[in-house]
Amino acid sequence: MICFVVFYQFTQQNLPACKPVLTPSWIVTTFLLMGVIFIPIGLVTLRTSHSVIEIVERYDTECIPEKFRGNKVSYIKDSTILKNCSLYLKVPKHMKAPIYIYYQLDNYYQNHRRYVKSRNDQQLLHGLKYNDTSSCQPEDSNNGLPIVPCGLIAWSLFNDTFKFIRESSELVVNRKNIAWKSDRNHKFGKQVYPFNFQNGTFIGGGSLDPSVPLSDQEDLIVWMRTAALPSFRKMYGRIEEDLDADDVIAVHLMNNYNTYSFGGKKKLVLSTSSWLGGKNDFLGVAYVFVGSSSIIISLVFMLLHVKNPRPYGETAYLSWNR
Amino acid sequence: MTRGRIRAKLRRSQLYTFACLRPHVNETEGSVQGCPRVIYCNQPHMHKKRPLKYCTNYISTTKYNFFSYFPKALFEQFNRVANIYFLIAALLSVTPLSPFSPVSMLLPLAIVVGVSMAKEALEDWRRFMQDKEVNARKVSVHVGNGVFSYKPWEKIQVGDIVKVEKDQFFPADLLFLSSSYEDGICYVETMNLDGETNLKVKRAMEATSPLNEDEAFKEFTGTVKCENPNPSLYTFVGNIEYDRELYAIDPSQILLRDSKLRNTAHVYGSVIFTGHDSKVMQNATTSPSKRSGIEKKMDKIIFILFAILVLISLISSIGFAVKINYQTPQWWYLKPKETDVYFNPGKPLVPGLAHLVTALILYGYLIPISLYVSIEIVKFLQAIFINQDISMYDDESGIPAQARTSNLNEELGQVDTILSDKTGTLTCNQMDFLKCSVAGTAYGVSPSEVELAAAKQMAIDLEEQNRESANAKHKNSGSEIELETVITSNDGNDFKRRIKGFNFEDSRLMDGNWLKEPNVDTLLLFFRILAICHTAIPELNEETGNLTYEAESPDEGAFLVAAREFGFEFYRRTQSSVFIRERYPSKGQPVEREFKILNLLDFTSKRKRMSVIVRDEDGQILLLCKGADSIIFDRLSKNGRMYEEATTKLLNEYGEAGLRTLALAYKQLDESEYSAWNSEFQKAKSSIGADREATLEHVSDMMEKDLILVGATAVEDKLQKGVPQCIDKLAQAGLKIWVLTGDKMETAINIGFACSLLRQGMKQICITALNSDSVGKAAKEAVKDNILMQITNASQMIKLERDPHAAYALIIEGKTLAYALEDDMKHHFLGLAVECASVICCRVSPKQKALVTRLVKEGTGKTTLAIGDGANDVGMIQEADIGIGISGVEGMQAVMASDFSIAQFRFLERLLVVHGHWCYKRIAQMVIIKDFPT
Repeated sequence: MICFVVFYQFTQQNLPACKPVLTPSWIVTTFLLMGVIFIPIGLVTLRTSHSVIEIVERYDTECIPEKFRGNKVSYIKDSTILKNCSLYLKVPKHMKAPIYIYYQLDNYYQNHRRYVKSRNDQQLLHGLKYNDTSSCQPEDSNNGLPIVPCGLIAWSLFNDTFKFIRESSELVVNRKNIAWKSDRNHKFGKQVYPFNFQNGTFIGGGSLDPSVPLSDQEDLIVWMRTAALPSFRKMYGRIEEDLDADDVIAVHLMNNYNTYSFGGKKKLVLSTSSWLGGKNDFLGVAYVFVGSSSIIISLVFMLLHVKNPRPYGETAYLSWNR
Repeated sequence: MTRGRIRAKLRRSQLYTFACLRPHVNETEGSVQGCPRVIYCNQPHMHKKRPLKYCTNYISTTKYNFFSYFPKALFEQFNRVANIYFLIAALLSVTPLSPFSPVSMLLPLAIVVGVSMAKEALEDWRRFMQDKEVNARKVSVHVGNGVFSYKPWEKIQVGDIVKVEKDQFFPADLLFLSSSYEDGICYVETMNLDGETNLKVKRAMEATSPLNEDEAFKEFTGTVKCENPNPSLYTFVGNIEYDRELYAIDPSQILLRDSKLRNTAHVYGSVIFTGHDSKVMQNATTSPSKRSGIEKKMDKIIFILFAILVLISLISSIGFAVKINYQTPQWWYLKPKETDVYFNPGKPLVPGLAHLVTALILYGYLIPISLYVSIEIVKFLQAIFINQDISMYDDESGIPAQARTSNLNEELGQVDTILSDKTGTLTCNQMDFLKCSVAGTAYGVSPSEVELAAAKQMAIDLEEQNRESANAKHKNSGSEIELETVITSNDGNDFKRRIKGFNFEDSRLMDGNWLKEPNVDTLLLFFRILAICHTAIPELNEETGNLTYEAESPDEGAFLVAAREFGFEFYRRTQSSVFIRERYPSKGQPVEREFKILNLLDFTSKRKRMSVIVRDEDGQILLLCKGADSIIFDRLSKNGRMYEEATTKLLNEYGEAGLRTLALAYKQLDESEYSAWNSEFQKAKSSIGADREATLEHVSDMMEKDLILVGATAVEDKLQKGVPQCIDKLAQAGLKIWVLTGDKMETAINIGFACSLLRQGMKQICITALNSDSVGKAAKEAVKDNILMQITNASQMIKLERDPHAAYALIIEGKTLAYALEDDMKHHFLGLAVECASVICCRVSPKQKALVTRLVKEGTGKTTLAIGDGANDVGMIQEADIGIGISGVEGMQAVMASDFSIAQFRFLERLLVVHGHWCYKRIAQMVIIKDFPT
């Protein structure tokens, strides 16, 4: 019965409804309230962001020996040279575990359409059972055999490696669970093994161990999640020990990946995390900005209203009465 | 049976002096040119093959047929810019250029187009069913050897002889051959053509009127030559060759399709125009697809968005081409050496173009297709709200408001000008005898609706005043009580027995009390004039035993009912006499009196009066006359002006109260005076020639002078419930209201007053054409110049007006309107009309209604709304931005053509002010909210 009454009221459009009227005092209060709430949130966020400690080290130029500095591209393309290199990082402040290790690439367009499209999700999940690799062009097959995993993305896999040593003992880097869990479980097959990979004349990035299924090749999984912007960070691993202030960490790296031909930069990033994630001031700044502008607006409106009050519901202001 | 015999004996044509009796002039000259159409009457087989094969009587008002539905409806749909865009986008999304799967593009498009097309199909199906019903109506057709049998309308051919019975519609345009009356007249109701409800007399040719039996058509043949099909309802050019003689046919011998035979047992007619050739179908305008303002605005916005989209895509594809050319050769991870169409660092042009298309599709979300789907859904729901609204449900007829198309919901809130029909829309087409003035004394206390509305308004105002200042209360209390009594007296009225056409209340006259009044003689005369001076026929209602009157106009009916209530019952009419039963309370038995009718000078719109000359039982000859007050006052004798002053005052009062007034007068005649006049009259009557009518009029004029004023009557053209209030509210909301009516100017003005469209103190601008009977081109030019002058003068006057509160009303007549609507004049006319607060157009044809609507719509560029109830309003309903049909009255044509239908005019207020406002606001808000994410 009550349901019928409500339905009747609905069809007659006389259900009780709240229709706030935006009177000046309402607006002034709302803006004031917004400012009062937003500014503290912004300050807290900024503080959290500042508490994150981050070490960023660019290594692509330094890791080229002096004599090759004039022709970096031929150095990196020369597969006969062992491209090891060492960096020394100083920890500025105490860093709490877990410490995340990222590699950052700049001016690298993982979002190019030709690049993004050049993959085959069906094949990544089902392997050779799925034959149609035409979407992977131009890296779909080699010597008449399909490539697993096919496509430009997989082919250009990032292959620099890092080792971290503190006071002559090696820091353990956990390289498990760096990819999304859903990717590992549902997008990359547990029974799919690399096949015919990097066998062509023109070798792109890193190669894969053919005995490890794709779902465990976490570096590949991370890489295959293409970045939206030309400058991006990807997870390399985690250090699960605290680092003390003024610790010096030696990084032994293999500088294999070619960013020199297109002028890209490579950086190594060590960072702690907070409940807000990594170091990012944007959110805090935005909150503070919006909060303070609301307060300014509310003050302006208040002044306007006090100086120039207008009676509410005055019909003389209607267009046909003017 | 007896009644039928009495009827048959009556030679009705003797009643009519002007309209009917027409000498059979053999106009042989000038008949062939301009008459290309040849019809062989009663020889339909002649019309089976070309060139005499004319179109069939099958009519179709549907927009589509089975085969054309798909292409045409699709075309309609893709007339929308947005739909075209979406179609192109969907087609492109099937190609490999698309960045996403085509389903996400095609599905919404299919839904939007599919739903709209299904709606169109349903509406067209309804129209088709209606046509089918009309085409299947049966009529009796001559099949040969004097045998008539029933055939469906669609089977009727040109040349057929059809027999139409009482209260049937004419199936096609017919040449009237004969009727059940010996003298070949019949009555038709042309409600569907011009909205007028009074009966019109048509008269067959003398030569053919004896053919009033089925048998007579065994041998009948005739050849008609006439004009080609055209939409003019009031003209006809043609002649008929019958019995080796040539007769001219005039418009009064043409029975038009969709008019109705009344008061006549049957008529015979020969089919001239069938189906879409008939005048009423020629008047039909094709129903256009209407689109709301928001939709048009959205199209514009989409154009802008599209331009932005193209710009963005261009910029991005240029950037793409530049990058491809200069940077990508170094991007080894793209394998730049293995090129294809979409990626070729050496030749950036083709990939750039391909990218342009891709970008167009990719950024296509800038143009919101989902918005269209949402709008369709929201409008559908709003239409349900309108249909469900209990405040727009009519208890009496049980008809709710109905949104027949949901396209225009929000347009309701944007209406600027309302164009309204009168009969059936504003008024109920029922006349009530309300007041009278006899010998300068006013009788009748029941207030008219205008007075009631004014009293109520005053009461409200007073209440407000009282609330504002308690001090003023005791001052006003006197008048307040008075007002209350006025209102309560009306309330009491409702409990009384209501007699249709009679709302008079005054104990001084009722129940025979008039005998105690001082002016008994004048009163007696007054009642007798009411009972005698008319052309109606009494008919006994077999169920109740009461008499009903079949009158030409509802006014006359109201007079007769009033006379009956006063005790002067008109109960019988014979060839030469009128019989009246007079009841006096003093005598028990009513006295039956016979009045011999010597002459009847009937009513025409030009004369604006009618008279009868009667001889009463004492042998005295009397001329009884009723007519428009101004005309009668001009014709009073010196000693007949006794009551003129008082009556004029009362007449003005009645006019202000929105009542229709007529003055009654009489004069006594000597035998010698009469016989002298009568011989002249008979001579004029039997004269032959073009000036016959003029002579007749002149002779009548001679008789209708030196009259003695008796009194005046005031009849209320009953307004529909709540009309004045509704109009008042709409006017307050800033809407302009135009009344377009087929009625006479006086009637229209009265109604204007009654529904508060015209007010006292408003300046009326009447624009009338000079007498334009002459046909010459020069004369036409003169008339036109004259009208133009009137219009410019009026505009000048308005411009020079100093008083900011001065309101003007424009009243224009159909004939004048025809000139005013011509291309070179219409803007002057519109300019004047826009300046006026109310506009009333009288005697307009359906086509003119549509033309006026178009003029307003296109001239002012604002939203127009047309409201009407009859078939004559269809053109205007279709032409206006929004068409509203009044449902519940006879005939569904207006409703079928309309976008919304309501049961009563007063619901218009809620429909416009509440629903229109809400729908507009809600749609607008939804568009903004939906547009925000994109």
